[in-house]
Amino acid sequence: MKVSLTVNGQRREADVEDRTLLIHFLRDQLDLTGANVGCDTTSCGACTVLVDGESVKSCTVLTASADGSDITTIEGLSPAGQLDHPVQKAFREKHGLQCGFCTPGMVMAAISLLEENPHPTEEEVRSGLEGNLCRCTGYHNIVAAVLSAAEAGK
Amino acid sequence: MIPAPFAYRRAGSADEALSLLAELGDEAKLLAGGQSLLPLMKLRLATPETLIDVRRIAELSYVREDGDTVAIGALTRHADLHANDVAGRAVPMLAHVAGLVGDPQIRHRGTIGGSCAHADPSADLPTALLAMNASFVLRGPSGERTVPATEFFTGFLETVLEPDEMLVEVRVPKSPGGWAYQKFTRRAIDWATVAVAVQRSDGATGVALANMGATPLRAAAVESALSSGSSAADAAAHADEGTEPGSDVTASAEYRRHLARVLTERALAEASSR
Repeated sequence: MKVSLTVNGQRREADVEDRTLLIHFLRDQLDLTGANVGCDTTSCGACTVLVDGESVKSCTVLTASADGSDITTIEGLSPAGQLDHPVQKAFREKHGLQCGFCTPGMVMAAISLLEENPHPTEEEVRSGLEGNLCRCTGYHNIVAAVLSAAEAGK
Repeated sequence: MIPAPFAYRRAGSADEALSLLAELGDEAKLLAGGQSLLPLMKLRLATPETLIDVRRIAELSYVREDGDTVAIGALTRHADLHANDVAGRAVPMLAHVAGLVGDPQIRHRGTIGGSCAHADPSADLPTALLAMNASFVLRGPSGERTVPATEFFTGFLETVLEPDEMLVEVRVPKSPGGWAYQKFTRRAIDWATVAVAVQRSDGATGVALANMGATPLRAAAVESALSSGSSAADAAAHADEGTEPGSDVTASAEYRRHLARVLTERALAEASSR
């Protein structure tokens, strides 16, 4: 079917199979490979992107169902490649990553969390990121990075 | 993993969804948030010929007071129900439990109607609704019927919904009494290994169990023990009576029975203190 979406601020028209999942549309058709396919079973959150400003797992959303929506991927945070979004900066400063595979999803989930709750407690950050798994188990610094981004946003 | 091929249709209203269902029959399935259905389709455990996307039917997303009842549109998302003031005040257990489903990403997408129509016995909202004496409004070609939660769930992923019907509203009695929801999981985002919902109201206590059989279940033996004056601890010892829990990689049936008794005792104590 024909879909028309806004992806990282750009209007994108495309013809997709009815069954095309959003993650495959983003990675394979738009070449936006920041969001990763991790578990592929709605568990790990590596594929997290924003749909109309809210975090979703793009391995479990049909592209057809997202028709007309406004999508933001990790690439959309700093289009010039400066990695200067406040949450990206906080992850860098607090070393909120080890291998980096979960990082795009963690950053997008954190942005959605801070949008809903700009000043979370540590406990709220931990429960707010429960849909994202870090197999390096580097959670300590990820939580520190999100708290630091929240502090910087005050 | 990708789903088997299917045809995608989108309904702009409940009437349009019903006429598509009438046309396509049981080869079609309604798609709301897709957080249960799409994973099953990716695993090829579900292979509908057509998906009718109802997610954008705005007329079915609401929470409103209606006398002694709170009426919730079937397409109300978990995140919206969790944050809703009316729900938080009048049906606090339900608002709380909506915030425990899956994880934030799933709650941005999943809906109460989708969860109930999917009818997974380990799901949180159906279990809470069962303890709260909720009912479901089903709309079909010949009008609406209202089915109590105790009669809605008929088997594993099965309900009384006919192929040409859709769930349009969940009706929950205002429940200001003490309540508790005890959910046991091995990891934060897992489905409940076992969960127990307790809702106290004037003169009666509703107790429901998740993942202790093919459907969410009322713990009838606990309820009758309580109504005949047993202590919470004595009543909770009956929590697994009449249940048929399964064994899987997460827990044995015997361990689930143990969890049901322990969690029921904790939930009864917590509900009494709230």
